[in-house]
Amino acid sequence: MRTLPLRHAVAAGAVAFALFPILFVLSAALNPRGTLSSTELVPTGLSLENFGRLLSETRFASWFANTMLIAGLASAAAVFLGALAAYAFSRMRFRGRRTGLLALLLIQMFPQFLAIVTIFLMFSTVTGLWPAVGFNTPWGLVLLYLGGALGVNTWLMKGFLDTLPRELDESATIDGATHAQVFFRIMLPLVAPILAVTGLLVFIATVNEFLIANVFLTDTGSKTLAVGMYGLISGERNNNFGVFCAGTLLTAVPTVLVFQFLQRYIVSGLTAGAVKG
Amino acid sequence: MATQLTSPGPPVVAPDGGRHRPQRPRTARDSAPVTLTGLAAKVVLLGLAAGIAIWAAFPLVEARAWAGLAILAGTTAAIFYLYLTRRHVPAKYLVPGTLFLIAFQVFPILYTASTAFTNFGDGHRGSKDEAIVAIQTASVTQVPGSTEYALAVATTGEPATGPLVFLVTDPATRAVSAGDATGLRALPEGDVTVNSAGKVTAARGYTVLTAAQAGARSAEITAFAVPTAGGAIRSSGLSRAYEGKATREYAAGCDCVRDTATGRTWTADEGAGAFVAADGERLAQGWKVGVGLKNFSRVLTDSTISGPFLRTLLWNVAFAVGSVAVTFGLGLLCAFALHTPRMRGRSLYRVLLILPYAMPSFAMLLVWRDLFNTDFGLVNRLFGLDVDWLGGVWSARLAVVLVQMWLGFPYMFLVATGALQAIPKELTEASKVDGAAPWQSFRQVTLPLLMVALTPLLISSFAFNFNNFNAVYLTTEGGPFPADNPTAGATDLLITYTFRLAFGAAGAQYGFAAAISVFIFAIVALLSAVSFRRTRRQEELYA
Repeated sequence: MRTLPLRHAVAAGAVAFALFPILFVLSAALNPRGTLSSTELVPTGLSLENFGRLLSETRFASWFANTMLIAGLASAAAVFLGALAAYAFSRMRFRGRRTGLLALLLIQMFPQFLAIVTIFLMFSTVTGLWPAVGFNTPWGLVLLYLGGALGVNTWLMKGFLDTLPRELDESATIDGATHAQVFFRIMLPLVAPILAVTGLLVFIATVNEFLIANVFLTDTGSKTLAVGMYGLISGERNNNFGVFCAGTLLTAVPTVLVFQFLQRYIVSGLTAGAVKG
Repeated sequence: MATQLTSPGPPVVAPDGGRHRPQRPRTARDSAPVTLTGLAAKVVLLGLAAGIAIWAAFPLVEARAWAGLAILAGTTAAIFYLYLTRRHVPAKYLVPGTLFLIAFQVFPILYTASTAFTNFGDGHRGSKDEAIVAIQTASVTQVPGSTEYALAVATTGEPATGPLVFLVTDPATRAVSAGDATGLRALPEGDVTVNSAGKVTAARGYTVLTAAQAGARSAEITAFAVPTAGGAIRSSGLSRAYEGKATREYAAGCDCVRDTATGRTWTADEGAGAFVAADGERLAQGWKVGVGLKNFSRVLTDSTISGPFLRTLLWNVAFAVGSVAVTFGLGLLCAFALHTPRMRGRSLYRVLLILPYAMPSFAMLLVWRDLFNTDFGLVNRLFGLDVDWLGGVWSARLAVVLVQMWLGFPYMFLVATGALQAIPKELTEASKVDGAAPWQSFRQVTLPLLMVALTPLLISSFAFNFNNFNAVYLTTEGGPFPADNPTAGATDLLITYTFRLAFGAAGAQYGFAAAISVFIFAIVALLSAVSFRRTRRQEELYA
């Protein structure tokens, strides 16, 4: 009982640390003057002017739509591909299994964007042959991001699958289920929490990916939020600060919603004992 | 129960890999009936694969890319074989992701690694023939009797960044042609609008730049040349162009470039990929050649490179370790603070604590940069300080780690909460019964179990932060820089340092940058391999 005040103090301190930059962003977004130098921590004014400017003077709406499309597709596909591989790595024994797992880790360690010159040259050819999946299209970027679908996510999901008792799928197999039935009917429902968590991680990572998208999407209308908003303040840093913060808040909305939606999964998703009982 | 925490439990570990195959599931699988839904799904998906392959084949045939077509056909055939046979079950699950991995990760990495052995970069981009064309067109000067054209500068993309195109009108015939680096091409009369002065004002497929837009790119426009049969077309100002003669000519006999005006010659040096004069002067335009291990040895032996490289490496390791340590420390502290059902408002605390993680990090990094602003930054104003945060070496480093702490601790908090909940209550209770003090039970029971579950995550977090480009590029851009070296700043990670080498203002050095990324890869792989070995030992201890 005596530790409770201490616990509250720690939690409150951490909350203050977590919230003050966000409060500052909120204050800047509501600040009618819209500059960095005039923004205080606590909102001094209440005006939606910055949001209006964001939506009328920039292509924020199409950046937003592009980002949701790209991040949504990439995370859904990456989770599915990763789950397939994790199932194989966790439940099957085959030649090259250990090597494959290690290779995944090693490949992930190569600084991916340093291959950007190669990726650029590669997609110049792709754009020439198949413009539908080339530069300035969301599809090409999604394909490119799926190159990293196997990797850390597979390890995360494999770790979770390893904790599920093997008796479950073995008894299903003896009852005559095919490996595909075991995967889709038994495994996938049981690992829903880790699928949710992995999907969220990929979604967040994709929304924040800046470099490759910056090379890939040069048309104003096809940009993602990261590329578009970086351009917003690269020139007029002080003056566009309020508009930028308005955009930051709007960008956070989908992630916060997904967080709330997945609340019950997130904590249990990283918990090993999800299948007791 | 404790085994549930470790990733591979003892029966799964089987160090002999593939040799030891369980017999029972295999026979059961082989006799499993074919289900209707399974069959239907297979038909639909394989049909889709065939459809995509056919769609992709047409452009390849048109471009006569036979090697590409062969790869496409081979891959498609392999996919059909794999999903129609009952054998190779693991491969059925691994192939979809692996295809993407090979095409978009492994291939670019191998290609990049191979450029580490070349001098690829500014001045050494293309083949020798391309270099010769570029040298000749660059030496074009106006001679008496040159044709004068009316010029309109256009682009096929964005006005500020798209590739340049010269739209030139012949003064005699008023015929309009479009010229780019590959040559001149006549445009049909119906596609262009020409004003009374003969200048093109609009053309289908091109964006004609306004005077202001063209002015902003005037340096590029001055350097731009359209090769023609006798020389090249270059601009004089923004609305006139002339066709001039090349003063430098390539002679195949001596494999050299000769300047007809001065008589000076530069002979091709295949080892350096450049034309070199007798006194050692090089022409700026060279070509791409293999240089062996020169890029690698330059990192180690060139003292202007190896010094900054080592300093950057040390700071890089410190940054990665520091970021993981502070995020994990704070995250774990929060998780412990909330880890009791007696605590009121736990779910509210939890929602508020993970908010930084839900904010877009690219934007928040840019905001943090402003929070550390000396004059009107919030950090200085809140605490009444007057620190030039991003201007001092150690304050900038501290700032970068602080920002990482803010961005990263919610994730660690989530992970640690999950791992804490997975530790069976019986264990801590048992240690209490055995007379252990709370601190002792934490040190000897809870923490080791937590570490077993979390070490792989900490290692991958380390690997991520080791190459955390955004964290530095969007806050300090690597600065502050020492006065004598504008390429390696105090907060530079190897990755931002390499980025500056590859794409920086000083000119692109892709080959050298690729060599450094090979070094980065080797270092991270080594560090991770060592820590993974230690993890495995730990697992054996506590499993």
